[in-house]
Amino acid sequence: MPPALRRFLRQPAAVAGAVILLAVIGLAAGADLLFPEDPFEMVGRPYLPPMTDGFLLGTDTLGRDLAAGIVHGARVSLLIGVLAALVVTAIGLVVGGIAGYAGGRVDTALMRFTELFQTIPSFLFAIVLVAILEPSLEALLIAIVTVSWAPLARLVRAEVAGLRSRDYVQSAIATGMGDIEVLARQILPNALPAILVAASVMVATAILFESGLSFLGLGDPNVMSWGLMIGAGRAAIRTAWWMCGIPGIAILLTVLSINLVGDGLNEALNPRAGGRA
Amino acid sequence: MQGLPTVFLIVTFNFFLLHLAPGDPASVMAGEAGAATPEYMAQLRAQFGLDQPLLMQYLRYVWNVLTLDFGYSFRYQESNLSLIMGRMGATLLLAGSSILLSVGLGTLLGLIAAMRRDRIEAALILLVTVLAYASPIFWLGLMFIVIFAIQLGWVPTSGMTTAGGAGAGAAHWLDVAHHLILPAITLSLFYMALYTRLMRASVLENLRMNYVTTARAKGVAPRRLVLRHVLRNAVLPIVTMAGVQVGGALGGSVVVEAVFGWPGLGQLAFEALFARDLNLLLGILTLSSVVVVLANLLVDLVHSIIDPRVALS
Repeated sequence: MPPALRRFLRQPAAVAGAVILLAVIGLAAGADLLFPEDPFEMVGRPYLPPMTDGFLLGTDTLGRDLAAGIVHGARVSLLIGVLAALVVTAIGLVVGGIAGYAGGRVDTALMRFTELFQTIPSFLFAIVLVAILEPSLEALLIAIVTVSWAPLARLVRAEVAGLRSRDYVQSAIATGMGDIEVLARQILPNALPAILVAASVMVATAILFESGLSFLGLGDPNVMSWGLMIGAGRAAIRTAWWMCGIPGIAILLTVLSINLVGDGLNEALNPRAGGRA
Repeated sequence: MQGLPTVFLIVTFNFFLLHLAPGDPASVMAGEAGAATPEYMAQLRAQFGLDQPLLMQYLRYVWNVLTLDFGYSFRYQESNLSLIMGRMGATLLLAGSSILLSVGLGTLLGLIAAMRRDRIEAALILLVTVLAYASPIFWLGLMFIVIFAIQLGWVPTSGMTTAGGAGAGAAHWLDVAHHLILPAITLSLFYMALYTRLMRASVLENLRMNYVTTARAKGVAPRRLVLRHVLRNAVLPIVTMAGVQVGGALGGSVVVEAVFGWPGLGQLAFEALFARDLNLLLGILTLSSVVVVLANLLVDLVHSIIDPRVALS
């Protein structure tokens, strides 16, 4: 067993997070087997509380099965979360990598540009973007990526700039190794643990972001998601709190599990860092 | 951060966003509220010089923003600037009180978590931060409404004032404060969790430093050591982070305002969105960014007061 994996498995919280996360992934993957019907379909009497008439989590104001919504909603959350994290990491690697490696004026210019994205209030910015693009999954993804790539680019820049001044990198440059090769073979492998941890946290942030936008009715109206369910259940909050409560617990558990895995990865990959602040 | 160039860049950016939207900019700006009479469209074209080359349009756009001209809202029959300014107070009250709340509570909880690191208090605090970190704030707000407003009846469910008015002067402000409690707490929790973690790490790091050992060796009492020496140094990362929080709080207030019916900028942005009034929306975005830039200047100032080594740039 690799030592990093052993260090990960030694942390009970991280293992618990991994188990929950795997369960959510399993539900998302088996959604069509578990609930073959369309989650938008009316299948029972409306306003059924959990555990009645064969509905584990009850029904919503339109008689839709909440359990089917939760399972199908897991797909959207995970899809948006993972895709957003991948794209954000790619942009962060390019922008932060160039800025940190080149230094000087290029660095200053790129960081000013990055700063701009950190100044504009991100949720408002995302709303404007969705308004321009029309609500859809692609629009959600573009909006989330646009407002969240900046912190990751700064992190990559800091890592790359720090590593670039190390002796071993300087000697690689001195031996005539090309820039791309130095970046790819000398710098990136050492910057990877920190970037990996940040990317895992990014998945959680993107899921929270997506749920907020969907709650406001800015998600894809044709795709069942947890935020959409909470938004739809809101009208019945006085009499049927579970319609909002249950999807929220699903978001909470998923985000929590990803954060725990992220903390565990940090501990496993940077054993000397002593944990994130 | 140098404030003015940033604002200038944001305005430039907004201009591009306006032209990125599909369709004729005049109709994009006029929105689909059914308000776009031919006269209004002509007025928009004239005001933004939409029949002129792109560069002229850009210069005119920048000039309009610099002279605080954000256009006129047909739906509300009011200038966008006065609409935004009318709602700004409510949002600043909400965002400001939640920032103070999260900084205050986060610093306190982080300090406790660090000083009692092996006791049950620390474990409980860490549990709360982990949960607050993972909860969608709009959902927390809804659950708080269920518990504290509907079940317990301690606070109102929504709005900023009691319908019909609670009186004038002090009675009015007490009424607003009563309505503010739940939304402010909701908006503050995520950052409170962040500050608690930051503060805990920061205090633990400072406790290991030489100056603490020296002070201890010189016989400084433990309580005084923490309050006079450690706290002052440990709080620095929090102050830096608070600058970042301003943008987050302004953005987060959109969701919180939607949940609690708080009549601020977020609600206005939301109404503008559904009327597809992009001009008003961009005005809100620009002025909110200006608030963030100003807040960051303020944070730099506070930083230089707490830590004299930091020179004002």
